[in-house]
Amino acid sequence: MSTAYQIIVCGSLVPDPLQTLEPVQAATGPALKNEMMLPSVLDPWAGHALFEAANLAKQNPGSKVTLLSLGPKAKLQQLMMTIAQKVPFELVVVDGSASGFMDSTEVAAALAAAIEKIPGLDKTKLLVFGGCASASRDAGVTMQLIAEQLGISDVFLGVDELKVQPDGSLQLFERIEGGQYQVSTCACAPVVIGWATGNLPEPPNNPQVGMANMRGIMPALQKAAPAGLKGDKIKFASVELPKQVRQTRIVKDTPVDEIANEIVTWMKG
Amino acid sequence: MEKILFLAHTQKDGSLPKIALEVLTAAQKLARDLAGSTFTVGLIGGDVKVAADQIAGCGAEKILGVSGEDFSESRYATDVKAAEAIAKTVAATIVIAPGTSRFSRALPGLSFRLKGMIDTHVSGINVNGAQLDIQRWYYRQRMVATLTRAARPWVLLVDSGTFPVYAGPRGSGNVEPVQVALTEQDKRTKVTGVQAPLADAQTIRPDADLLFVAGAGWTKKQSDGQTHGKEAENLILGFLKESKASLGSSKSLVDLGAEGETVLSFISHLNQIGQTGSTPRHPKGLATCCHGEEPHVVGWRFINERRAINVDANCGWAQGKADVLYVADAFQVMKKVNELLGRTA
Repeated sequence: MSTAYQIIVCGSLVPDPLQTLEPVQAATGPALKNEMMLPSVLDPWAGHALFEAANLAKQNPGSKVTLLSLGPKAKLQQLMMTIAQKVPFELVVVDGSASGFMDSTEVAAALAAAIEKIPGLDKTKLLVFGGCASASRDAGVTMQLIAEQLGISDVFLGVDELKVQPDGSLQLFERIEGGQYQVSTCACAPVVIGWATGNLPEPPNNPQVGMANMRGIMPALQKAAPAGLKGDKIKFASVELPKQVRQTRIVKDTPVDEIANEIVTWMKG
Repeated sequence: MEKILFLAHTQKDGSLPKIALEVLTAAQKLARDLAGSTFTVGLIGGDVKVAADQIAGCGAEKILGVSGEDFSESRYATDVKAAEAIAKTVAATIVIAPGTSRFSRALPGLSFRLKGMIDTHVSGINVNGAQLDIQRWYYRQRMVATLTRAARPWVLLVDSGTFPVYAGPRGSGNVEPVQVALTEQDKRTKVTGVQAPLADAQTIRPDADLLFVAGAGWTKKQSDGQTHGKEAENLILGFLKESKASLGSSKSLVDLGAEGETVLSFISHLNQIGQTGSTPRHPKGLATCCHGEEPHVVGWRFINERRAINVDANCGWAQGKADVLYVADAFQVMKKVNELLGRTA
């Protein structure tokens, strides 16, 4: 039994993990130094969600993937140059700050409102995907807050695998403590899923997919609605880099036996 | 005046997990430091009596419980309803709870239904006069913030290893039941089981004293120009068996598997440490064949004592990220370490 799903993936940009990040105090609150200049990537867990969505859509003909991104339009446009070549999707943009210091509640409200406005939204086919957390705020709450706002009560977090069963029900594998998975089934859509890494490799770039996506991406960027984030929910007293730098003792030109002995003594100490 | 609710769920055996007992310590501290506050315990589970007895001497004014078969499993819809019922019964202004996978999923929904706010991964709590400040990390452990909120209710999910385990007296806990009306819609999700690795394949041990991290170097060509994947597997598994350490890995090693290359068969994304993986808490950590790049090392934020083995004396670990860097061949060192551990076992 094949079902045509309406899959909406919530995902935005985060600074490239290889960049050095430094907090600064801006007029509106904490921010990153040179934030608009930092190279960005699609948030890793949201990226996995997008790839899983595309894979699911491919297996279920008639399904459609929409990427819903809340971020600064200009930076999203740059990001789309790479992401667009990965998998087919339609883009919906909400223009606003993608800073980790924004409050999840506001972000979730803006995303849920944008989902409600998607033309032809059919909750009986709706799967809302996203990362289980972001690499910026790392709160892990946005997907649940979106679910609440949309009135969806089947929510899964830290999912690595979703299988559509022959009867159309969904089987999900969620990460729990100790390297284990909780296995659940849910009768059907709508569900909200916060993905962990999933099991799929990053798809290779496909210029044809990129060209097809870009036809819709530029208009989507142009008609992006402002998110209207106020950023007044949290009062930050300080944001600091951890100060601890260790005095690394470098042990070299030392016999293996001696090193092994030292490690074992340390482990048992 | 704050109304503090410590919220926890039980484990399969009815007891509270260790992290819940840690967060109970935090709740007690809050109740002491916030003048005029009240302190209530809320428990959710199949049967909460064992848990109530476990913390009977914690000083809470009362213990509320939602119990029954429908609440024995971790399921979003029923967990949120249970938490909501308890929180509304006591009109909680601060809900403090352990950041377990079950509550990390459910309690954001609670904050929404209470029209409140939520902060997760709380790693510090401080009361400054009548103001409650919390600490949490941003950008995956790159920077730490101290913050507060005026809005109430405020739900706080606290990370493990932040507070000492509650060590107060046990007793006979009197649980006041809270009724929750469920619908069929709430039970659309059925938990069918837990998929655990085989006992001898269990490599993730959250309570281990040592985190052992394997990097991609284990799968690279060694000094003889050959790869030694099987030997690497045997050395690492042998070490885990002898040391009872928890196994982490770098993203690059995990990704090799996803790309279809032959790698260490027992490593999955679940082992991944760092920017896009976990940030475990262990007293000690030993990194091997990993360069100590920043995205990886942010996963070590909560590892107290850090040592690394790498053939490159200029690797990231040497830049103030480890206490000791052994510039050596990890294959040789770990072989000898295993011999020593085997001898002393």
